[in-house]
Amino acid sequence: MRNKLRAILLLAAGAALMGGCSSLGVKPWQRDVLARQDMQLNSEPLDQAIDDHMYFSKEASSGGRGFAGGGCGCN
Amino acid sequence: MPALACLALFAAPSFAAAPLNLDAYRGHVVYLDFWASWCGPCKQSFPWMQSMADAYAHRGLCIVAVDLDRDKSDADRFLSQFHPGFDIVFDPHGSLAERYRLRGMPTSMLIDRRGKVRFTHIGFRPTDAQAYEDQVKELLAEK
Repeated sequence: MRNKLRAILLLAAGAALMGGCSSLGVKPWQRDVLARQDMQLNSEPLDQAIDDHMYFSKEASSGGRGFAGGGCGCN
Repeated sequence: MPALACLALFAAPSFAAAPLNLDAYRGHVVYLDFWASWCGPCKQSFPWMQSMADAYAHRGLCIVAVDLDRDKSDADRFLSQFHPGFDIVFDPHGSLAERYRLRGMPTSMLIDRRGKVRFTHIGFRPTDAQAYEDQVKELLAEK
């Protein structure tokens, strides 16, 4: 009887946990903060592009910063 | 219906509350748009919505644009660029956005004269503007 009760309690707790991640995330209309200039991973796009150009010229690889190109070094 | 008829359905908009009662628009075709100042495609949609209002208001089109900015000064700056001649509703807490279950920004809904949502657009693509306009015309043709 006691084991049964424990099993039921565990199941209930498990079920409650499953809902825990359902409301994570930002709603589409709440992306204003993410859209702000100071929230960008890359605050100076031009500067970064120049850095990247030097990088792929010297290292023969590119990409990995989230733009197109998989690091084949072919551009 | 003259263009000003739609505007008259709203009292002076206040930033705090978001009372939106679309019953007042029954009999009109309503283009309900959700926008925010930080959203790029929203900027593209405003001149188009203005042209729709100019072209079709007399046939019964009402444009209602719901602003989802949390900060009023952002909304004011945006609106001072466009001076829209259609209804603006402020929803800083996103309660209308929640009620209409938005999945993207901007979202617009085209509501027919009986109050039924007939078309929903997520995002605004200038290349699809003609299709949006055709839908507006389709609903306006219904009595």
